[in-house]
Amino acid sequence: MSRREQGPLLRVSSLTKNYGSIAGCRNISLDIWPGEVLGIVGESGSGKTTLLNCISARLEPTMGSVEFMTRTDGMVDLYKMSEASRRFLMRTDWGFVHQSPRDGLRMGVSAGGNIGERLMAVGDRHYGDIRKSACDWLEKVEFDLGRIDHMPTTFSGGMQQRLQIARNLVNGPRLIFMDEPTGGLDVSVQARLLDLLRALVSELKLSVVIVTHDLAVARLLAHRLMVMRRGEVVETGLTDQVLDDPQHPYSQLLVSSVLQP
Amino acid sequence: MTGLQSTRSRRGYNFAYLDEHTKRMIRRSILKAVAVPGYQVPFASREMPLPFGWGTGGIQVTASVIGPDDILKVIDQGSDDTTNAVSIRAFFAKTTNVTTTEKTTEATVIQTRHRIPETPLQPGQIIVYQVPIPEPLRWLEPREAETRKMHALEEYGTMHVRLYEDIAKYGRISTSYDYPVIVNGRYLMRPSPIPKFDNPKMNNNPALQLFGAGREKRIYAVPPYTDVKSLDFEDHPFEIQQWDEDCALCGAEDTFLDEIVTDDRGGRMYVCSDSDYCGERCAARTAPASEAAE
Repeated sequence: MSRREQGPLLRVSSLTKNYGSIAGCRNISLDIWPGEVLGIVGESGSGKTTLLNCISARLEPTMGSVEFMTRTDGMVDLYKMSEASRRFLMRTDWGFVHQSPRDGLRMGVSAGGNIGERLMAVGDRHYGDIRKSACDWLEKVEFDLGRIDHMPTTFSGGMQQRLQIARNLVNGPRLIFMDEPTGGLDVSVQARLLDLLRALVSELKLSVVIVTHDLAVARLLAHRLMVMRRGEVVETGLTDQVLDDPQHPYSQLLVSSVLQP
Repeated sequence: MTGLQSTRSRRGYNFAYLDEHTKRMIRRSILKAVAVPGYQVPFASREMPLPFGWGTGGIQVTASVIGPDDILKVIDQGSDDTTNAVSIRAFFAKTTNVTTTEKTTEATVIQTRHRIPETPLQPGQIIVYQVPIPEPLRWLEPREAETRKMHALEEYGTMHVRLYEDIAKYGRISTSYDYPVIVNGRYLMRPSPIPKFDNPKMNNNPALQLFGAGREKRIYAVPPYTDVKSLDFEDHPFEIQQWDEDCALCGAEDTFLDEIVTDDRGGRMYVCSDSDYCGERCAARTAPASEAAE
């Protein structure tokens, strides 16, 4: 079956989130297809994170729907399913990479335990197997295996972020949400992390929604780009198309304001 | 209010210190706890004449279930003669006038801290545990709303992370007390700080087991003959502690032993932590001998 016949993995229809009288994001519709990386760019306060939280079932929208293609029941509206199955979905089919690794990791648990947590959460009860998966994943994110039992607090920012990625990918999710994954990292570490992410995404055929204000990150990772401003989508298209030939005045401003070294 | 308020109780105080309304409230919580094994039932914990952390939860539960004909035993770390046990026993002797005992077999209500007696409990007996922290998920989730949700949705998988950490660090599950259990195949429960040596005794126990946490205001229960399973991994099964020595006093090989330092040159001995059990065994050993001498 081709991807088109399978239909989108996630479908967002006219989603609106109001904070009282203030609109977080307004009337947004989008589809995410299997294996696709969607970038959401825009300035601070443009509603990127609100949108990400709404479509990742962490914040109930005021209006509109978010549907996900589940493995067993087809398209299901996230906010109409039971909380138990929603939470199950979040720890099996989804991953969420936070900007700050401290939000996404258990800081009091070793690297191996952090990776193994999702396996144990879905019922894995064999220590040897869990340990082996943890080792495999540490290798995939270029970790020194000797540090498997060290606490995340002893790792550098880049290592913590890689650990967070491994922890999210360990049980084979299909959709990953990323909120500024390279936010607090210096440029060389950023480059290495982006390289790694790109390799993992293509190897595992992951669908990714990545929120960033950094157009360079978007260009490297995203297949498709959405430009947001004041809670609305002002432009959407293929990444190269949007970045090389922006149509909306705001996109033009955004692209032209990137510093050229 | 009732016949319990007899001349046998101390003047000025109700039978077993708590007023009858409070006891009814606590009994209701206990009934609910028994109906849903392992589930933590909130209750309006009262101020007691001793500080939180000294067994106020257990005392309130005991005060609610005890009647004038009950026989009470109180143990602390397996022993009947430590400060806490003595004080609580004296408290109930004063406020209820019930008979107290040190013998596990005679008691109808046993309040305990840290141990389950070595002598197997009998049908009809009630054992009341004093619980400092009732929530087994607390260490990985500080939010109460979230831990309740995890209980409701039976999301206990992450509890194994703690055991994983033990094995990764020490090569075996080193958690040796307050070892988490699943009650009746459903609720995750913290069995109060009893050694994991005692965990198997909770399984299918003929006595009613009640748990009271005074500061945290929770009551939970394991009804008689209920499954209690300790968490473990397939390749690292649950194990209880073992000692190389036998009890130095009574020679028991299968009891929980305390290490007692006897001098400042490294001398030490191991003795049963259950003082009643050890004493009975010693008496049984010396009694036939003295009979023979006569």
